[in-house]
Amino acid sequence: MTEKKKLRIATTSLAGCFGCHMSILDIDERLFPLLELVEFDRSPLTDIKHCGPCDIGIVEGGVCNAENVHVLREFRKNCKILISIGACAVTGGLPAQRNHLDLSSCLTEVYLTEPGLAHGHIPNDPELPLPLDKVHPNHEVVKIDYFIPGCPPSGDAIWKFLTDLIAGKTPELGHGLINYD
Amino acid sequence: MSDTFSLDGAEVPFEPGQTVMQAALSAGHYIPHLCYHPEFKPHGSCKLCTVKINGRTAASCTMPAEAGLEIESDIDELNDLRRTLVQMLFAEGNHFCPSCEKSGNCVLQALGYDLEVHAAGFRHQFPDRPVDASHPDILLDFNRCVLCELCVHASSEVDGKNVFGFSGRGITKHLIVNSESGKLVDTDIALTDKAMQVCPVGVILPKRVGFSQPIGQRRYDQRPISAQALDDAPRPSTGASHD
Repeated sequence: MTEKKKLRIATTSLAGCFGCHMSILDIDERLFPLLELVEFDRSPLTDIKHCGPCDIGIVEGGVCNAENVHVLREFRKNCKILISIGACAVTGGLPAQRNHLDLSSCLTEVYLTEPGLAHGHIPNDPELPLPLDKVHPNHEVVKIDYFIPGCPPSGDAIWKFLTDLIAGKTPELGHGLINYD
Repeated sequence: MSDTFSLDGAEVPFEPGQTVMQAALSAGHYIPHLCYHPEFKPHGSCKLCTVKINGRTAASCTMPAEAGLEIESDIDELNDLRRTLVQMLFAEGNHFCPSCEKSGNCVLQALGYDLEVHAAGFRHQFPDRPVDASHPDILLDFNRCVLCELCVHASSEVDGKNVFGFSGRGITKHLIVNSESGKLVDTDIALTDKAMQVCPVGVILPKRVGFSQPIGQRRYDQRPISAQALDDAPRPSTGASHD
């Protein structure tokens, strides 16, 4: 009997804090049974730089700069199922709290007006991705198939969601696992 | 023997003058609701409590109970509608739960949990709504207002003060403060006012409370709103809140 083909999963963090990735690690010893079922493509866990064809893509963080757009589109192109994980990916989250402000006034305030960060100019190194005018939840840029809310969602919520999905069921969280905070 | 109507197949007794919502909650049947508050005249604006009565949709909080009504509430069609209403409210305001002091005690959030709303889904509007921190003891964060009108009623009908009002129409409708400057500091609102207690979301907040009750130990962290609302409902035997 041939070994069952493992599902291939990619993960990334866009305009996030990697808290959701820490929460993925918080599924703790259940990582071992999970690794019986899945293998990782691009992810901070593997350090693979570009996403290949995958079954599931998990995206933490929203879209706040040009690079985020490219990475998100790469994930959408390669992943059969794309999941937004965490408040920032789902709603824009903390980075989106700049959305009612003008971008240039944000940069001016941080790099020119505020004391302490005094190199006297707004960073313009070509290596730096350009910030977008507004921060967007991922579903405003590409189609997102599933959302796991929370800041971050608990390890238990992530485990329930992924095991439901891998089992071929519509993922449900229910009271105690669904949280927006 | 009082009259009854049918709600999702159960016979629900009611007293003359009760609405469908009042009778349902008193009898231990939950109908999702946001702008309805048992102590105030129903407003009927949020439409979360929409049910099908003899096949036609109606707001159960304003609909007088009548004998023999055939009412459907907990069905996919209506729960999908409720989910969409909650999603639109989240997309319309600035609801950043992780940084909101009301998180865990918020009715809008609890409805989202109970209806398994995983995302707002719509294009978020990110409106510009500056906060009013002028008052020494009370913060107003308009970003989270869902226009339930409860603070307006509480202030005028219970506190006798008329601190709050609405201005504008349609998508421009918004909560205002009824003072010459438009600032809360120039009103006679007090921490002990009823208007301080009725906001279902995180608009009207006492200062210097913050996260003294930790996230995870709050009202709707403990129990889903569908169970909590039944505990809070007035009971026919005493008329008092059931705690």
